[in-house]
Amino acid sequence: MSTETPETHEFNKGRSRALEKSDLFAHAEDPVNKGMTVQEKLKCFTDMVRIRKFEQAALQSYQKGKMGGFLHLYIGQEATAVGTVSVLGENDHIITAYRDHGHALAVGMGMNECMAELYGKFTGCSKGKGGSMHYFAPEKRFWGGHGIVAGQTPLGAGLAYALKYKGIKGCAICYLGDGAINQGVFHESLNLVSLWDIPVIYVIENNGYSMGTSQVRSSAFPEEGLAARATSYNIDFDTVHGENLYEVRAKTSKAVQRAYEQSRPTVLEIFTYRYYGHSIADANHQRYRTKEEIRHYQENKDPINVWEQILIEEGHLNVDKVKEIDQAAKAEAKEAVQFAEESPFPPPQQLLADVYHSVDNPGTHTNEGEIFFNDRLPY
Amino acid sequence: MAVITYRQALKDALAEEITRDENVFVMGEEVAQYNGAYKVTEGLWKKFGDKRLVDAPISEAGFIGLGIGASFLGLRPVIEMMFFSFVYVAWDQAVNNTSSIRYMSGGLINCPLVIRGPANGGTNVGATHSHTPENMVANVPGLKVVVPATPADAKGLLKSAIRDNDPVFVMESTLLYGNEGEVPEDDEFLIPLGKADVKREGSDITIIAHGGCVLAALKAAEKLKKEHNVDCEVVDLRSIRPLDKATILKSVKKTNRALLVEENKPFCGVGAQISHIIQREAFDYLDAPVHRISAVDAPAIYSPPVEKVQVPNAEQVFNEVRHMLQIKA
Ligand SMILES: Cc1ncc(C[n+]2csc(CCOP(=O)(O)OP(=O)(O)O)c2C)c(N)n1
Ligand SMILES: [Mg+2]
Repeated sequence: MSTETPETHEFNKGRSRALEKSDLFAHAEDPVNKGMTVQEKLKCFTDMVRIRKFEQAALQSYQKGKMGGFLHLYIGQEATAVGTVSVLGENDHIITAYRDHGHALAVGMGMNECMAELYGKFTGCSKGKGGSMHYFAPEKRFWGGHGIVAGQTPLGAGLAYALKYKGIKGCAICYLGDGAINQGVFHESLNLVSLWDIPVIYVIENNGYSMGTSQVRSSAFPEEGLAARATSYNIDFDTVHGENLYEVRAKTSKAVQRAYEQSRPTVLEIFTYRYYGHSIADANHQRYRTKEEIRHYQENKDPINVWEQILIEEGHLNVDKVKEIDQAAKAEAKEAVQFAEESPFPPPQQLLADVYHSVDNPGTHTNEGEIFFNDRLPY
Repeated sequence: MAVITYRQALKDALAEEITRDENVFVMGEEVAQYNGAYKVTEGLWKKFGDKRLVDAPISEAGFIGLGIGASFLGLRPVIEMMFFSFVYVAWDQAVNNTSSIRYMSGGLINCPLVIRGPANGGTNVGATHSHTPENMVANVPGLKVVVPATPADAKGLLKSAIRDNDPVFVMESTLLYGNEGEVPEDDEFLIPLGKADVKREGSDITIIAHGGCVLAALKAAEKLKKEHNVDCEVVDLRSIRPLDKATILKSVKKTNRALLVEENKPFCGVGAQISHIIQREAFDYLDAPVHRISAVDAPAIYSPPVEKVQVPNAEQVFNEVRHMLQIKA
């Protein structure tokens, strides 16, 4: 029998705050939560379930060899995307890294276009040109989907910079992983956003690991956590129990208000956990962490279970209703798989489309000459 | 037409575009209050203020990336590199993010960003500060790169670059900033990206060059005319990507000889691609192999007299043409 305790779990090392058992209703009275309608509460629940079912379906397809490349699953972290997005207004924007399926569905992208993108199909959200790591929906103010660790961090600053430049009251949330905080460009971005009062919120989704490297093996940080690095840049920070949607919403909302009212940035560190490997290709994920550790999180801190418990106690949800939501999400995911299977691949001519705006919109630019240099196209 | 410097032409382009479009702003190190490390933006901060001329800390990746994000929402940032060599610390932002975003989003997102600044050697500042990365940038689909040689081209190309909806790199030269030339005083003076300019007509040989090497080619051409009655045609590419293939081929088909001159290092330099195009599409017209002059294939040396030898100059062009035409000294 294992003698493990949560304290000895690799991912918990140095995360004493993350260890605390969160009080389910500690943030229920926060204005942003108090004002929530039953419908909104159920939507959050449904969205989290949809993300999970979508990814479980995607995983199955991946294992059947239906898609290429990487598949980074978000399962276990759902309350972060859903909770943060749920407090945003119509002038707020988000941008994230490659673990982006949760954010995409949270902003309202459809399962069909997302699944088809994984399949590399022309009906995908990026016409099959981006893949799992590169989802985009600018009309929903979702700017990706970025594959280079921390590469999105100055872009998030730029989105918020543009809002300020145009005199629009809004903010941008830029998500990054616990491993991404060690990239130089993130620190450059922190300095810029504080120096220039840019209304951006950096959300560190701390799932304890960057690939196979636990947080204590990758980052030097004080007891207050990774987000405390913000103090060096005179930026406010906070830590959040990521399994509790009320807490995610309350603390995100506070950061949003700071952005709106003071045009000041915030760094939020959200403690969370991923149940699967770094990507599906990560067969090692039970070597750098134990089964017990994964089970401990699933049993005690699963974001969907926690929210379900809250809504049941509040009388908004019951076992039957949960089942119904579950099944609907499962059916939706199944349909998305079918849609993806039946969709066509992009024709090879698509290789040269969407590279340049000037090529795709002739007559709108002062451009001449050759832009592509293929002696002979292979199709 | 007014006679102004290359530096003034760039400044005029910036001022006109800032005035024309409220989404245009200039960001970079020392561009505002200090008036620009090479004074290209001199006086603009005083005229346009903090919003349009933004002094950034020394964080190339940070502020190029910020410019990219801002461009998604319709702003048109013009990012100055104090030296183009410094873009290397921001390569992921400047090259990877800029070139990928439109494609990976299936055409949903544009990145109307300009990155400009001097990219040249020959100023005795050592290898770290002397890179000419137009060939590297041109290697990346999704990016455009122009290299103006004259004040008029500098103005017309920078204005087109700012109005373009794709990311454009404008590579200037500290050695050209002080040069004077005639520049139209028209706010709508635009030079299309991808249009070469025949700077000198001739029938004996085509010299194809860009940036500062255009001036070396023109100087050599004058001397060849005077001393050997050779008529060189000098084609200034102006734009590397897009590339004016038609003008290149037309000229080579006329003269039947081509010499390519550039300050890049030879391996995978711009001339490598042009030489390929010429042999592929004008093979039957060639009376001699295509020759290339590039910088000597070593890191840029500091030692002033030796760097003069490393970088192409008029004398080298003169000698190479004589060699190609088998003209004895
Ligand atoms: C610049 C760069 N280096 C390395 C990688 C490979 N890589 C992809 S994800 C990853 C781990 C990142 O972990 P974290 O930031 O904690 O995010 P998480 O995967 O946990 O969501 C690594 C090393 C990359 N994509 N980009
Ligand atoms: Mg992580």
